[in-house]
Amino acid sequence: MFSLEGITTSVQDWLFMKFNPTMALAMECVIVILLSISLFALLGLVLVLMERKVAAQIQIRLGPNRVGPGGMFQTVADTLKLIMKEGLVPDKADKLLFNLAPFVVMMVGMLLLAPIAFAKNFQIWDINIGVLYISAVSSLSVIGILMAGWASNNKYSLLGAMRSGAQIVSYELSAGFAVLTIVVLTGSLQLSEIVKAQENGWWIFKGHIPALIAFVLYIIAVTAETNRAPFDLAEAESELTAGFHTEYSGMRFALFFLAEYINIFIVCAIGATLFFGGWMPLHIGNWEAFNHIMDYIPSSVWFMGKTFFLIFLIMWFRWTFPRLRVDQLLNLEWKYLLPISLFNLLLVAVIAILGWHF
Amino acid sequence: MGAISLIALLIAAIAFSAGGILIGKILVKGSKNPQKGQAYECGIPTDTSPWHQFNVGYYLFALLFLIFDVELVFLYPWAVVVKKVGIVALIEIIVFIFILFMGFLYAHKKGALKWS
Repeated sequence: MFSLEGITTSVQDWLFMKFNPTMALAMECVIVILLSISLFALLGLVLVLMERKVAAQIQIRLGPNRVGPGGMFQTVADTLKLIMKEGLVPDKADKLLFNLAPFVVMMVGMLLLAPIAFAKNFQIWDINIGVLYISAVSSLSVIGILMAGWASNNKYSLLGAMRSGAQIVSYELSAGFAVLTIVVLTGSLQLSEIVKAQENGWWIFKGHIPALIAFVLYIIAVTAETNRAPFDLAEAESELTAGFHTEYSGMRFALFFLAEYINIFIVCAIGATLFFGGWMPLHIGNWEAFNHIMDYIPSSVWFMGKTFFLIFLIMWFRWTFPRLRVDQLLNLEWKYLLPISLFNLLLVAVIAILGWHF
Repeated sequence: MGAISLIALLIAAIAFSAGGILIGKILVKGSKNPQKGQAYECGIPTDTSPWHQFNVGYYLFALLFLIFDVELVFLYPWAVVVKKVGIVALIEIIVFIFILFMGFLYAHKKGALKWS
């Protein structure tokens, strides 16, 4: 009932039956646009509230609880407030780049939605080089950040953007290597193939220790890539006011803020797909009865559950670890994570060739 | 859907961002004030230009990143076929990563990874 399986195919069949192919394709595009925009808006509202609630729970306080039941509409109110704020542009700013930067950041977030399998048969574009596509597009986000920092004509912004650039490009490497281990195990770059390969167990269980190491590396790297604490040097409040978006206000600031949460969602969704089997229910080898019971839970619930678990993990980090210094941050990546991920890749290749995984 | 979905997603991103900014522009009646256009540096008037010298470390790390990122791209096709090709692919990649790692150690020895 809550499953999204079959919806896409039936909608597509219906559209192609009723209209001529061009028209049907156009209608599909419109559906994709509407769905992705509503997903963005919904995710922004949910994740910001979740962040505040998780923070509140960890610090033993209530968190937002005035607007709506249990503070549910707090983010809606905040968004309304942000819409009503004037979007300032500094006099000396590079106007074109300043205005373009939020668009670039949002575009990257939106483009990354394409290969993600939200449920069984529910994928915008099942591209056969999905993993490569993801790593290619996600590395563009640093351009938006550098643009914002550069165009603001503000010392804090530029410093934040430089730090952010160094950080994102550094940690992209170990994230890439961590993703590659799963590609080695699966032998395919297509996300639907990777999910299918986990039918009798998720890679994090099947892939032995290398998959576990890869997962730890991945979660550290994406925490850094999304500029989350403990790696939030780029917008360290106590040092740089707000980092690269110091000069942004009103809706443009809201877009940056939203993009940050969207990025968290996307990296967690990719992590869930690669390591926890995406929409694949928890299957254990040949336990038929158990597998059947697990199949009753819809695939979209599995996917969202795993993704939000990873998001919760990243939010948990923020209140657990203190912020790193910039030299510690780069040391961690270049002296520890990168060599570890290189050897981990070799290790996983040995395991894949010898067939030691389940 | 095929590659056309990317165009749809791009349109969605532009529509979303432009829509938000436009709604803000329509609803808000801004006020003029000479202080408003200044850069925000915690209340102190801005002094020097923000485009000053930067730590050379940023460039070094960017260069190192470039090397490793290109290498990562080379590894993608290898990762897809390694299971089928077997032990030959493994030996080849060990040689490849060994050479790369030597370069990495050289950079490390030269102090490129030290943040001063």
